[in-house]
Amino acid sequence: MTPAASKADESTGSLISVRNVSFSYGDVPVLDSVSIDVEPGAFLGLVGPNGSGKSTLLDLMLGLRRPDDGTVSLFGEPAAAFDDGERIGYVAQDATEAGRDMPITVREVVRMGRYPKRLVGRFSAEDRRAVEVAMEQVGIADLDTRRVGRLSGGQRQRVFIARALASGADLLALDEPTVGVDAESREEFYGLLEDLNAAGLTVVLIEHDIGVVTTYATEIACLNRQLYFDGDPSEFVETDALAAAYGKDQHVLHHDH
Amino acid sequence: MFLTHVRAAGTPLAQLPVLWLAVTGTIEWFLDNVVGPIMDLLAEVLGAPMLGYPFMQRAYLAAICIAVIGPLVGTFLVHREMAMLSDTLAHTAFAGVAVGLFLNSALSLALSPLLTAFVVAIGTALLVELLVEHAGAYTDTSLAMVLTGGFAVGSILITATDGGISVGIDAYLFGSLSTVSTANVGLLVLMSLVVVGLVTLTYRPLLYVTFDATAAQAARLNVRLYKRLMVVLTALVVVSAMQIMGVILVAAMLVVPVAAAAQVARSFRQSILLAILAGEFAAIAGVTLSYNYGVAAGGSIVVTALTVYVATLAVQKLVPSLRRLGRLRPGHSEAGLKADGGENE
Repeated sequence: MTPAASKADESTGSLISVRNVSFSYGDVPVLDSVSIDVEPGAFLGLVGPNGSGKSTLLDLMLGLRRPDDGTVSLFGEPAAAFDDGERIGYVAQDATEAGRDMPITVREVVRMGRYPKRLVGRFSAEDRRAVEVAMEQVGIADLDTRRVGRLSGGQRQRVFIARALASGADLLALDEPTVGVDAESREEFYGLLEDLNAAGLTVVLIEHDIGVVTTYATEIACLNRQLYFDGDPSEFVETDALAAAYGKDQHVLHHDH
Repeated sequence: MFLTHVRAAGTPLAQLPVLWLAVTGTIEWFLDNVVGPIMDLLAEVLGAPMLGYPFMQRAYLAAICIAVIGPLVGTFLVHREMAMLSDTLAHTAFAGVAVGLFLNSALSLALSPLLTAFVVAIGTALLVELLVEHAGAYTDTSLAMVLTGGFAVGSILITATDGGISVGIDAYLFGSLSTVSTANVGLLVLMSLVVVGLVTLTYRPLLYVTFDATAAQAARLNVRLYKRLMVVLTALVVVSAMQIMGVILVAAMLVVPVAAAAQVARSFRQSILLAILAGEFAAIAGVTLSYNYGVAAGGSIVVTALTVYVATLAVQKLVPSLRRLGRLRPGHSEAGLKADGGENE
């Protein structure tokens, strides 16, 4: 990244700034010159068909991969060089499966949120308080000694959110977090995300369920190798971006969850 | 002459043998003056004369060490779904032993075969991890190829010489109590201190990477480093335990007690403690059975460990039914172990 470009990112004040990013796995192009900004406090819903590069874009945004071309900045720094791990919370695609057989308690998982700051040494009073507050905040305080693998899918999602909150994250990234979670728990889960977003947490969410995204997100990006749409959810449903991204046969959502 | 010697001793590399002598000296002293008298006392108190024999004292001490580091490292390995790696590394360690014996025979050296086994196993561990970083996943096929490949190289090296070195191979394949030397036990005690120290120091990142590697990476932990550390630790444990357990069975010490503990543990920390307890029971009972009935130590330890596993499985199935009958209330069955795994980490 040139110093000039870095300056531009800071001046826009974006939390994440993706500029003309291209990425391919070997010979298979996945992203083609994508540019998108995530402002502090945004709730960005990232949609697109399977294999459209959503997860790759999220990885690039978080600096977990490096683009072949273009630049990504995170909190005003080049994403790959950014090292304030506690500011980023991440809920993986298979988070509902994670730890199903592993004997690990809710508290043990939430405590991981403090690890970037406290890789060795005793937890301070502040560390312990952050863990307690985070569990209270998402309503799992009474589950603290339960094994994560023996919780319901919806409860398990809250554990991962609590881990991010315990770290004091400014940015929460979620990759299809509610796959395999029942409809009622999903509603509650997205309600929780909405509340946390309203309290200032920036959220980037990959979700295959477009109805959910248009309900809860404040900004939608529709992706299929290229960016087909980036803007307001109410505008999104009126454009033909979805049909274009998903292919001609696809009709715009009929959704009744 | 004297001067050059002193100067050489001043460089860090030249100090290594001196350091090693100091370490083995200390351990020998420890065996003779601490472990020996304690075991002699136990022999009298328990009326078990075998505890008084130096070779059995070495065997018990070795078994106790193995049963700490095996389940300790195994807990991370099993929950990363990489249990097969321990078996793979054990079989390539066999190639390492063969390399050592071969070099000794061909070049008239006096290398410890354990040393070459450590080098080969650690090298293989890092190679496998690099392949995984490149390919993205552990595959049965690649592990099976490395495992059989290592064993194949070992068997070729052993048969390529005049046959003299095949003496002692049985001890490595099936494990043996009587061939455990003081130096071997010394090495094992030292390795145990290293492994326990490293795991204690890196417990948190190892746990995070084991449970959720992508989130750990997003939280800016050095995931690659800790994954590599984990496979190197596995190599250290496997080679250390190989003498008693045997190449073919050593993986069981990293897997079976862990599987047993995972059935009943209420937290990750508790699962490590329970796995070590199960391992210790299996190791001590196995060595005792081995001595009393003149059967292989490794096999006795593994069969005992499997018995513990079956017992925990039965308890796990039985306790909920008993609870349903109202004889036990949840929360009343946990013994002294703290379940939340939190405060004293």
